[in-house]
Amino acid sequence: MAFDDAYGALTDHDDDARWAYGTGFTDPLAGVPAGFPEGVDRAGLAAYCLMLGDDALIMSHRLQQWVTRAPELEDEMALANIGLDLLGQARLLLARAGEAEGAGRDEDDLAYRRDPHEFRNVRLAERADADFAHLIARLLVLTTWRLALFDRLAGSRDPMLAAIAAKGVKELTYHRDYAARWTVRLGDGTALSHERMTAAVAEVLPPAAELFQPHQIELSLAAAGVAVDPATLRAEFDTVLAEVLTTATIDVAPGFSATAVGSPAATPGSPAATAGSPAAAAGSPETAASGRDGEHTEALGGILAEMQGLARAVPGGAW
Amino acid sequence: MSEDVRHEWPLFEVFVRAKRGLNHVHVGSLRAADHQMAVQHARDLYTRRNEGVSIWVVRSDDVVASDPDDKAAYFEPSADKVYRHPTYYAIPDSVPHI
Repeated sequence: MAFDDAYGALTDHDDDARWAYGTGFTDPLAGVPAGFPEGVDRAGLAAYCLMLGDDALIMSHRLQQWVTRAPELEDEMALANIGLDLLGQARLLLARAGEAEGAGRDEDDLAYRRDPHEFRNVRLAERADADFAHLIARLLVLTTWRLALFDRLAGSRDPMLAAIAAKGVKELTYHRDYAARWTVRLGDGTALSHERMTAAVAEVLPPAAELFQPHQIELSLAAAGVAVDPATLRAEFDTVLAEVLTTATIDVAPGFSATAVGSPAATPGSPAATAGSPAAAAGSPETAASGRDGEHTEALGGILAEMQGLARAVPGGAW
Repeated sequence: MSEDVRHEWPLFEVFVRAKRGLNHVHVGSLRAADHQMAVQHARDLYTRRNEGVSIWVVRSDDVVASDPDDKAAYFEPSADKVYRHPTYYAIPDSVPHI
C-alpha cells in the first residue's frame, strides 16, 4: 500500500477503484417500470412533469450563472453541484414528460425547443438574483417546497415519478441544508449581512405564494394518486421556514408569517398573505398570473436566449 | 466587495475515508469560515464523485508538523535497522499460527 500517497492509498483496495472517480455508482432508476399505471391521464402527467422539470431546469440555469461570480471558490463549487443535481432532476422529468406525451419529443427537444410561453416553471425560479442573499433566499424557499413535495411524491402511483422523487429527496435535503446554513450565517451575522439577508427574504417570500396555488392539473392528478396538491405542503414549509428564519434572527413580513402559523385572519385555502399586509400588497399582482400557465416575467426570455442559443443555432449539433 | 471588509477564511485540511478504506486519508485543503462550513465544503469539493463515506476536517493552524530540517536526524537512523520488522526473524517450526 502506498502509505505516503493519498490517492494511491485510496485506490489500492479495488481494481476498478480510481479514487478520482469514486466507485460503486448505481442507477437510481434501474428496474423501474417505464410504463404508465392504469387510468392515469397521460397528457396531465406530461404537463405535471414539465412543471417540476422546468422548475429545476430554470433554477439550475440561475445557479450556473453564479459560476465565476460566487463569493468564494468553495461556494462556487457548492452552487454548481446543486445546479447539476437540479439539472439531473430536470432531465429525468423532461424525459418522462416526453414519454407521457407520446409525441416523440425527448428531453433536449423540451429543454431547447420550447418558447417562453410553453415553460411551466414557477416565476420564482426565473427571478434574477440581486445579490448572494437573494440567491440563498430563493434557494431556501424553492428547496424547502420541493423537498416537502418530493417526500410525498415518492409515493406516487406513477413508478417513474416516484423513483425520480425518491432520488431527489436526498439531493434536496442537502440543498435545503446548504441554503438554511447560509441564511442563518448571514441573518445572524454582521449588521450588514443581517440587513441584506432580511431584505432578500422579504422580497422572495411574497412571490413564493405561487408555489402553493394548486393548478387544475395538480389537483386532478393528486386525486388520482399521481401528484401532490401543493396546498398540502404549506404546513411543512411554514414550520421549516419559521425555524430557519427564527434561528437567523430574521423577522419577515408580518402578514406572511401570520398566515404561516395559521393565524385566524388567514382565509383557509388561500395561500396569499393576510389582506392588507405589505406581503399581500406586493404578492397579489405577481401571483395572479402563474408560470404554471406559461405566464412568465421577461427574465425567462433572457434565460432561454442564453440556454437555447447554441442548440437552436446548430440544430442536431453534437460534440 | 470592497477591500476593507474582505477577510480571508482560514485554511482547513480535509481527510476522507473511502467506502472500503479503514482510515481517513488526507485528500487536500480548503477555506471555510468555521468547522461546520469546512465539513460542508469538503463534502462538495472532495466527495462529489462518490469517493467517501466520512469526512474529518482540522484547522491547518492546528497541525503540528515535523521540521524538514530534522529529516536526517528523525528518519534516517531507522533506515538501517531492518531487524525492527517482524519479518526479519525466522519463525521456529515449533511456533504455529504465525
